[in-house]
Amino acid sequence: MKLTGAQILLKCLEKENVDVMFGFPGGAVIDIYDEIPKSSVEHILVRHEQGAIHAADGYARATGQVGVCLVTSGPGATNTVTGIATAYADSIPVVIITGQVPRALIGNDAFQEVDTVGITRPCTKHNYLVQDISELQSVLKQAFYLARSGRPGPVLVDLPKDVQQQLIEFDYPEDVSMRSYKPTKKPHIGQVRKVVKLLKNAKKPLFYTGGGVITSGSHEELTWLGKELNIPVTSTLMGLGAFPGDDDLFLGMLGMHGAYAANMAVNNCDLLLAVGARFDDRVTGKVDTFAPNATIVHIDVDPTSIQKNVSVHVPLVADCKSALAALKKETEATLGDFDWAESYGDWVEQVKGWAKEHPLTYIDDGEDIKPQYVVEKIYEITKGDAIIATEVGQNQMWAAQFYKYTKPNTLLTSGGLGTMGYGFPAALGAQRAFPDKLVIDIAGDGSIQMCIQEMMTAVCNKLPVKIVILNNGFLGMVRQWQELFYEKNYCSTCMDAQPDFVKLAEAYGAVGYRVTEKDKVESTLREAFAVDKPVIVDVRVTKEENVYPMVPAGASLTEMLLV
Amino acid sequence: MTKHTLSVTVENEPGVLSRVVGLFSGRGFNIFSLNVAPTLEKDVSLMTIVAEGDDNIVEQIVKQLRKLVPTIKVKDLTELKSVDREMVLLKVNAEDSKRAEILRIVDIFRCKVVDVSVDEVTIEVTGDQGKIGALVNLLTRFGIKEIARTGNVAMQRSMQLDL
Repeated sequence: MKLTGAQILLKCLEKENVDVMFGFPGGAVIDIYDEIPKSSVEHILVRHEQGAIHAADGYARATGQVGVCLVTSGPGATNTVTGIATAYADSIPVVIITGQVPRALIGNDAFQEVDTVGITRPCTKHNYLVQDISELQSVLKQAFYLARSGRPGPVLVDLPKDVQQQLIEFDYPEDVSMRSYKPTKKPHIGQVRKVVKLLKNAKKPLFYTGGGVITSGSHEELTWLGKELNIPVTSTLMGLGAFPGDDDLFLGMLGMHGAYAANMAVNNCDLLLAVGARFDDRVTGKVDTFAPNATIVHIDVDPTSIQKNVSVHVPLVADCKSALAALKKETEATLGDFDWAESYGDWVEQVKGWAKEHPLTYIDDGEDIKPQYVVEKIYEITKGDAIIATEVGQNQMWAAQFYKYTKPNTLLTSGGLGTMGYGFPAALGAQRAFPDKLVIDIAGDGSIQMCIQEMMTAVCNKLPVKIVILNNGFLGMVRQWQELFYEKNYCSTCMDAQPDFVKLAEAYGAVGYRVTEKDKVESTLREAFAVDKPVIVDVRVTKEENVYPMVPAGASLTEMLLV
Repeated sequence: MTKHTLSVTVENEPGVLSRVVGLFSGRGFNIFSLNVAPTLEKDVSLMTIVAEGDDNIVEQIVKQLRKLVPTIKVKDLTELKSVDREMVLLKVNAEDSKRAEILRIVDIFRCKVVDVSVDEVTIEVTGDQGKIGALVNLLTRFGIKEIARTGNVAMQRSMQLDL
């Protein structure tokens, strides 16, 4: 029996084990929406398409599965662009289905027409305009395959309205074969042995891990290597949770707001093992002085990441999981006759010394509520067993510094693009994936207002996300830069005209709390986390608190401003 | 900054050219010339791209081109013995007094006159960058009124002899 393009789409999603998609209807996708009630794929209606793409992204980060987003043509598609670029920057597997005007109208400036494929070309891993129903099934198969394989990323499928109405037999391909796309998976064993040899000769090795470790699911291999071989680990923002954050060998995040011990370790190590990380400028600071004494090994599935920003001595193109597994296998064989722990003993002591000398800290004057204190309390209450989403800015950095991520896929944050407004909708996606988990969005008063309309999505879909606003009445991170580098010219960063966040929560049918006294922080958070509804906790924190350590943009990692 | 000739085989699907060009513009790479046409194989096109940059940049260009989903193969011909050709049409001022000299140059360079009028000739020339540069140089003094170039097409030589 022949099915319409719209029916085929839903059948394909079912075949890909998609249980939920996030979207917003419109004229160009009405045929698809007509079929959704007959399908097993649940649809969550958001309030803005940016919410849909971020929610799909959050779902993908929390589960490791492909997230799916469905929107209409024109404005529906353009509203997702920020979210697509966010997923692209962090290599998150998402499939975006956009409606398009009927083929006969394409190029005629039709109502709600935009060149979606053209607009999204630079921020998708790949994208398609389906020109005929005969291509639809292979395009969808390829879209899911591309999104999740190699270096994952967003893939967009633009679907004209009349193609949604065309008829064809349902025949979903079992396999994908693309002669032009064959990502490398397995590492070159010669390179792996070279790394083992370097490790044996090194005195001061250091793991620098990134989001690739989480995406590839190789946290177990990494944890084994770190602990068994006694190698300290520092991580990018995206890599937090890949190595247990409460372990002695974990130095915390490196880079612009990295821990003192982490940045000192990078500066002093003689072997830097970069795994699934891409030497972003927020990590390296001044490139010329980054890891100046180290032999650099770079493991990455994407060859373009290697040699892009720093020069690498041993490149290893492979999926992080198979590369780390191969390293594990090779080193495991030497455990009897080589004492790794002893070999790096002095180095580990030195690194721990730095951590003791300048731990991540803040000055607690006892009066104001310090934002760092709030994050610490969230960690204490949850004991690390929660999914944390963040917005972008100071709130994000404090959430990275003062909460210990012990498991992968528990921190959802826009690392590469730095998208304000990301955290809350991403948290909704994660909450939909894990209804019984505590999902908390650590937010700033600026960021939270960028996608606050999704509160309605949270309430009507019973997604009890907890938003904790570290409310300092400023666009805090820009204010911090203005304070430090622009003579306190606080131009357009003061946000003291604010909505009443408690009433705002209540207006949507959620629950709101306000905390203005330090001794109420813990009890209010406990109460809020116990509520089975979406909650906003508006915590009034110190207005002009800074994120430290801080490496000024363009400076070397050792030039840290400390508390 | 050196020029590199890249031979890029791609799936001939809609939008593939803008993917390639977008890669260059989006990442700030320099294209000197670009030529695209179908190959013998159905659905496959060959692009010859002459790009400029230092070694690191050219390495990135090659890797980024390979990363594009429709890219089948990228070869840097600069590292190989290759045949490079470009075709150029030149419309040159040619009053009676200058015509004989122009035709002599056409002869020496083994080019063809493909159009003539009272005071102009149009010349077709094929050759590598050196030959075309030399011809353009010689004809400039007569006044080149129009020029149309195909950009380089190139192919690896069958025998990579090091003589």
